[in-house]
Amino acid sequence: MSRVTLLSLQVLVAVVCLALWQLLSTVPVFGKILLPPFFFSNPIDVFAQIVKWFSSGVIWKHLGITLTESILAFVIGSLGGVLIGFWFARQPLVAAVFDPYVKMVNALPRVVLAPIFALWLGLGIWSKVALGVTLVFFIVFFNVYQGVKEVSRTVLDNGRMLGMSERQLMQHVYWPSALSWMFSSLHTSVGFAVVGAVVGEYLGSAAGLGYLIQQAEGIFDVAGVFAGMFVLSAFVILIDFGVTLVERRLLVWRPTVDGRG
Amino acid sequence: MTTPTAVALEDAEVAFQLGDGRVYTAVEKAHLTVAQGEFVAIVGPTGCGKSTLLNVAAGLLKPAAGRVEIFDQPLAGLNRDAGYLFQADALFPWKTALDNVAIGLEIRGTPRSEALPRAQKWLTSVGLGAFANRYPHMLSGGQRKRVALAQVLIRDPKILLMDEPFGPLDAQTRQVMGNLLLDLWNADRKAVLFVTHDLEEAIALADRVVIMSAGPSSRIIGDWRVSLPRPRDIFEVRLDKEFHALHREIWSVLKDEVMKGYAQSAQAAEAV
Repeated sequence: MSRVTLLSLQVLVAVVCLALWQLLSTVPVFGKILLPPFFFSNPIDVFAQIVKWFSSGVIWKHLGITLTESILAFVIGSLGGVLIGFWFARQPLVAAVFDPYVKMVNALPRVVLAPIFALWLGLGIWSKVALGVTLVFFIVFFNVYQGVKEVSRTVLDNGRMLGMSERQLMQHVYWPSALSWMFSSLHTSVGFAVVGAVVGEYLGSAAGLGYLIQQAEGIFDVAGVFAGMFVLSAFVILIDFGVTLVERRLLVWRPTVDGRG
Repeated sequence: MTTPTAVALEDAEVAFQLGDGRVYTAVEKAHLTVAQGEFVAIVGPTGCGKSTLLNVAAGLLKPAAGRVEIFDQPLAGLNRDAGYLFQADALFPWKTALDNVAIGLEIRGTPRSEALPRAQKWLTSVGLGAFANRYPHMLSGGQRKRVALAQVLIRDPKILLMDEPFGPLDAQTRQVMGNLLLDLWNADRKAVLFVTHDLEEAIALADRVVIMSAGPSSRIIGDWRVSLPRPRDIFEVRLDKEFHALHREIWSVLKDEVMKGYAQSAQAAEAV
C-alpha cells in the first residue's frame, strides 16, 4: 500500500469517528440523543476548548510542567536503573540478597505511593518526579541487568583474547551491551515517565496536564476533560516521535527486526 | 639449531565436573607440539574435544593435569602471545568493521589516530577496504570472518589459534577464505593451530595433520606430515596425487573414529 493511501485511510478513521460523535451527540435518533452532551460533550466544543487554551497561552505553562516532570523522572530513573542494574549484574551476591525486595517493590502498584510522595515532597513537581522515577527505574533496571548478564560468551572471550583488562571489558563489552538493552526499552520507559507525571498531577497538584483534566472533571466540564485527553495524546505522540529519532541515531548497529538490515 | 617450540602440550588432560558429581574426561594425556612457523591442523570426529584442546592452548581453559608451555614458558592465565579466531561470531556488534579491527591496537594503548589507518590497511588486505563503516550485521558471514581475521592479525600475535573458523561458511567461501589465510600466513609464517572436522581442508592448509580419537577421553592417535610444496593454492592442491594418497591414508584411520563417534552419540541420545 502506498504511503498516501495509508495516510488517507488513517485520516478517514478519525473523520468518521469525530463525525459520528458530533452527530450522535447533537442529532436525536428516534427522538433520543444517544450521547447526552452532559457526559460526552461534542467534538466542536472540545476543539473550541483546545483552541482557547492555546490562544490564551495557559496551556504552555501546564505542558511545560508536565514535560519537565517527565524528563526529570526519565533521567533520574534511567540513571538509577543503569547503575543499580550494572552493579547487581556484576555482583551476583548483592543481586541474590536484594532479589525478594526488588520483586516486592516492583509488584507494588505504584499509584499507592503517590500520597506518600505528596506528603514527603509536597504538591510541587518533585512528588510527581518521584512517582515517575519508581516506574521508569524498574523497566531500565531489569533491562540493563539482563543485558549485562546475557553478554555473548564468545564476544567476551574474544575481548579477553584480544587483551582487554576487566576495565576495558567493562567499557567495550558490558557497557555497550547494557546500553543497547536500555535503549530497546526507551519507548516504554519514556511512556511510563509521562504516566507517572500525569497520574501524580491528577492526584494532587497546582499545575500540569493531569491538573487541567482533574480541574475540568471537578466542575463537570466534560469538554475540558476530553480536551485535556487530546492534548495529552498529542504530547505523548510527539515525545514518542522524538524517541524514535534518538533510537535511530543510537542503534544503527542493530539489525532491524525483519532481518533485512 | 632447532626451531623453537611455540606451543607444547605435555600429557595435558581436560576434565569437567558434571552436575551429578561425576567427572567427565574430555581429553586424555594429549601430547602436542607446534614449532615456530609451523601450521598444524587438528582433525577429529564431532565432540572429540579438539576445541577443548585449543582452549587449553589459549589459556581459556585450565588442564586438569599435564603441562602447557608457550615458547618454553609454562602458561599462566591467558595466552598473551596468541590470537584466537572463534567459530561463532565474535565481533563486537556495536562497533563498525573499522573499529572492530582497530580495537586490538587501541586497548594496547595505541592512539586512535594511529590505530585507524592501520586498521584500514588490514581491512584492505582482507578485501574489505570499502566496508570500513559497516556494522557486523550488515556484512555476510564470510565478510565477518574476514573482519575477525584482520582483528586478530593486526595485533601481530606470534601464535594463531583457530577453532573451525570457516565452519559456518558455505563450501566456496571456505576455499576462498582458506587461500586468503594461506596468503596472509605466508607473509610471516606464524605458528598456527587450526581445528577442523574437514580432513581435506586440513591437508590443504597444514604442514602437519593431527588426528584425535572419538570422545570421551579422546587421545591423539596419529600425526602426519604434509609435504606438499608451498605456496599452495587450495583449489589446485586437491588435484595433486600426493594429496589423494595422504587423504586415503589418514581417512582409513579417521573413518573408524568417526563411526565410533556417531555410535557413542547415538547411545548417549538413547540413554537420555
